[in-house]
Amino acid sequence: MIPELGHFALMLALGLALVQGVMPIVGTRTNDPVLMSIAAPAALAQFAFVAAAFGALAVSYMTSDFSVLNVYENSNTQMPLIYRLTSIWGNHEGSMMLWVSILTFFGALVAAFGSNLPTVLKANALAVQAWIAAAFYLFILLTSNPFVRIPNAPFEGQDLNPILQDPGLAFHPPMLYLGYVGFSIAFSFAIAALLEGRIDAAWARWVRPWVLGAWMCLTLGIAGGSYWAYYELGWGGFWFWDPVENASLMPWLAGTALLHSAVVMEKRGALKVWTILLAILTFSLSLIGTFLVRSGVLTSVHAFAVDPRRGIFILGILVLFIGGALALYAWRAPLLKQGGLFAPISREGALVFNNLFLTTACATVLVGTLYPLALEALTGAKISVGPPFFDMTFGPLFVPLMAVMPFGPLMGWKRGDLYGAAQRLLAAALLAALATAAAFALERGGPVLAPFGIGAAIFVMAGAVTDIVERTLILRVPMRVALRRALGLPRSAWGTAFAHFGIGVTLMGIVSVTAWGSERIAEIKPGDSLQISHYRLTFDGTFNRPGPNYRDVVGRFTVHRRDGEMIGTMQPSRRAFPDRNMATTEAALMDRGVSQIYVSIGDPNKDGSLPVRLYFKPYVLLIWLGAGIMFFGGALSLSDRRLRVGAPRPARARSRALPQPAE
Amino acid sequence: MTRKQRRLTLIGGGLAVLGVAVALMLNAFRDSIVFFNSPTDVVQKHVEPGTRIRLGGLVKDGSIVRRDGLDVRFEVTDGKTEIPVTYHGVLPDLFREGQGVVAEGALDGGGVFSADTILAKHDETYMPKEVADALKKSGHWKDDYAQRAAMPIGGASK
Repeated sequence: MIPELGHFALMLALGLALVQGVMPIVGTRTNDPVLMSIAAPAALAQFAFVAAAFGALAVSYMTSDFSVLNVYENSNTQMPLIYRLTSIWGNHEGSMMLWVSILTFFGALVAAFGSNLPTVLKANALAVQAWIAAAFYLFILLTSNPFVRIPNAPFEGQDLNPILQDPGLAFHPPMLYLGYVGFSIAFSFAIAALLEGRIDAAWARWVRPWVLGAWMCLTLGIAGGSYWAYYELGWGGFWFWDPVENASLMPWLAGTALLHSAVVMEKRGALKVWTILLAILTFSLSLIGTFLVRSGVLTSVHAFAVDPRRGIFILGILVLFIGGALALYAWRAPLLKQGGLFAPISREGALVFNNLFLTTACATVLVGTLYPLALEALTGAKISVGPPFFDMTFGPLFVPLMAVMPFGPLMGWKRGDLYGAAQRLLAAALLAALATAAAFALERGGPVLAPFGIGAAIFVMAGAVTDIVERTLILRVPMRVALRRALGLPRSAWGTAFAHFGIGVTLMGIVSVTAWGSERIAEIKPGDSLQISHYRLTFDGTFNRPGPNYRDVVGRFTVHRRDGEMIGTMQPSRRAFPDRNMATTEAALMDRGVSQIYVSIGDPNKDGSLPVRLYFKPYVLLIWLGAGIMFFGGALSLSDRRLRVGAPRPARARSRALPQPAE
Repeated sequence: MTRKQRRLTLIGGGLAVLGVAVALMLNAFRDSIVFFNSPTDVVQKHVEPGTRIRLGGLVKDGSIVRRDGLDVRFEVTDGKTEIPVTYHGVLPDLFREGQGVVAEGALDGGGVFSADTILAKHDETYMPKEVADALKKSGHWKDDYAQRAAMPIGGASK
């Protein structure tokens, strides 16, 4: 009964979405306030119905109702409750339910908190949001219904893919989807602005919190996925340039560009047309990501061939929304008024630079991801585009971005002082040069470019600190004054500094792990020792450890420092899942500051020896710590007063404020 | 600066960056693309020793020989042709005889494929896409091989 209710609720949501997609637009054309006012309550009701449908699915999973095909295929009574819940989105149908739930959640938020929006803009934006929702409801109902029943309910389910039974993956997809789908709001507002044919700086202020929120979630989602791959796949790699990863990186790059161009639009009224285009492109990339992951073209052509309806349906959604949006853009964008002028050397100029490089880098990722698919479709030749391609294209494009980033916040709007900014960054540059020299002196081996990478990371971090120092005049005025200035700084200025600092931290982690990480692969017997970096690991033997729905074969290692002091034990394991007849590698990690020792084991051989992969990962935790700092920076910026207060602050108050907040 | 000049500067800068990116991509495509081949392809196309390729097929039954330590030798087959492969390292989860495998590396002078990467599968029922296609081509495909896609969400294919 409950699954049928969920199914029915989803159909009602589709009906509501159709009404919400048509009536408000008719209202804006005929200037009928009643029709326009339908949008908000419809969006709220839509969310209620989708939440009910999602809840129905969740109840089926919690009660292990194996008469529902989706539950039977992906759940098992032996699994802990938390994984029974997270397995809702560990499969295709359920994850699409999560997608629409988040989509309507955002729609409801706009409806509930958008009371300060102009009526026409709000009505149009909610209507566009409803079109997206309607397309995905149809997709779920026609091709991926999670509520399908099986006639004779089995007693036991099939279990979730063991590799997904992990706390890291429990929260990775929701964060990622919050990011992907969050950009739909920017898309809807962009289309609404095009439909209306007018746009102003306030548009950027309304859209910015949504973009910022989506960007924050996507940042955490990508970092979480990367950490999961790092410890769960047993390879010690944090990024594989896998198409699935690229699918999440592309919207992040475009979203980061959007975040910055929206600042120019908000502050200076410039780059309007470009910002609209970026808003469309960012969500388009989210849709492409959904297509790549969901259609099955990547994992297996057969997933696509066995059920081509899914792939073709998503492809249809893709063509309809991206093509439609771009066509509308080409038609209506010339109507939008041009904004303010600025010199190439200015804060605007720096942000344009940022946009140019971010979007180009994003384009190279897109080409590298789609080229193999296109080539195979056209010629049948099968190629793989691996990390070398991205290292050679994405890497060089990121270098100028890192070099220019500290300059941006130090430049004035409209016309900047490059020489002055360079002077103020002198300390940061010296520090970076010092770090480069130190890296050359201290580290043996590794690529020649690596110390410069460390230098760039230090430059970015020190540049972010310089920004705050310059704003608070710390060290130059009495501490009390500096503190007051620091408290008076807009939170968005702090947010900028933190986010930029976080980039530097992540870069530092990536460079040091890639250049100076060490690896040993060996086959060992109990009593054997392995040396890595400054540590020695002794293999004590293996033992068995049962779990709820798996069995672990655990290898026990004692870790000594080189000077002989014992610092602990590590217990990597091979985890066998009998229900699926498969095994996963559970690596053991030991933190040494922000570095890690990483051990994973293979299946024991018949003679009792054990294959071992042993890594030392210097500063590896900085990669994800940096992402956390970026998230924090985003949160600070999100809490900025001007994003909460609807009306622009009077110009007088603004001129009295300290140097303008920068993003 | 007039609006027109500004726009020209922007467009010029944009085109310059785009040009650099295209040059980088073309360069990278020339150097870092790896083609996929089945054992039959390798023989028919006369793949040069030293050229990096991906070799995919099934691990031939009874062909796995482990020598001291981590040296492994096995044969990859597509039902028509077999190519011997050597690998040094820990084999991925679910590397088994009769199962699909993708090895990346190059042929040495003696016709032995020296692999530096063996791509893992995540699931009993999942087969690397290239392997499945190669098997279909050579007529050795069985319907029970790949009914389901392997990774439902956000995973890596390694």
